[in-house]
Amino acid sequence: MGPVDYIPRIRDNYARLGYKAYNWVVNRDTPPWAPLRMPLSQCRLGLAASGGIYATGQVAFHYKDDTSFREIPTDVDTKVLRATHFAYDLSGARSDPNVVFPIDSLRRLVREGFLGGLASRFYTFMGGIYSSRRVSEDLAPRLTARFLEDGVDAVLLVPV
Amino acid sequence: MGLVARHVEAAGIPTLCMTSAHDITRAVNPPRAAFLDFPLGHTTGKPHDPDLQRRILVEALSSFETMTAPGAMKELPFRWSEDEEWKAKAFAEGDDRTPRHDTPQYQDEEDRRRAVQGGSPSCPVCRS
Repeated sequence: MGPVDYIPRIRDNYARLGYKAYNWVVNRDTPPWAPLRMPLSQCRLGLAASGGIYATGQVAFHYKDDTSFREIPTDVDTKVLRATHFAYDLSGARSDPNVVFPIDSLRRLVREGFLGGLASRFYTFMGGIYSSRRVSEDLAPRLTARFLEDGVDAVLLVPV
Repeated sequence: MGLVARHVEAAGIPTLCMTSAHDITRAVNPPRAAFLDFPLGHTTGKPHDPDLQRRILVEALSSFETMTAPGAMKELPFRWSEDEEWKAKAFAEGDDRTPRHDTPQYQDEEDRRRAVQGGSPSCPVCRS
């Protein structure tokens, strides 16, 4: 069986809730390209994940085009991580956040020498933002500025 | 997330998008993608299976060194289960996308209490 088609499903869901027909982003151009400048074993990796992960003590995400993000220190204790989201079954992420925010796996890959290191902080936000304009003009530039400030050599992006 | 990937990549930092939604990622067309054919909510593996999570990340991250063409997508060689019954469920159920409101959705009441008390200075909320 081929992959599940999510676009028609999400379009139907928005229609059912009375939203205007969802205008899906389709890019037919060639995407930008920045080559990796050194082997992974020398790279400092940054990460952003959109599964709605926050650390207890932080304000949780809300469900109405929340374009804020949370900063998670990469030495965080995995036990303080929480998950909140409206568009996926949270049971896996709440019992092991690594399924949408692979913090333990990445720390292990650094110990093993597969990666050079991790940024001092990772970023999390709430996916399912209805307005693609707000992602392009607001969230994406702010995250990009953080990655430049953090001096990372490559960025892993983990949507849900 | 593909929109974020394009923005970061255009600023000169190479990116890799994990994904379990093949059609969405193909439409947005990020610079590099790694497709894992798992149910939504498991983009980087199964809960409490650190060895599988590690193998998935090694396969995915290797794309940084092997991909040469913008818009490439690697299909990761892992299956959720022998049969593919989860897909029938995914087609039938739809998400529970609720009417939107802007109150924080805490995992539990204790989290709400702690956040209201002032939160953690080492984990700030970022709007800028």
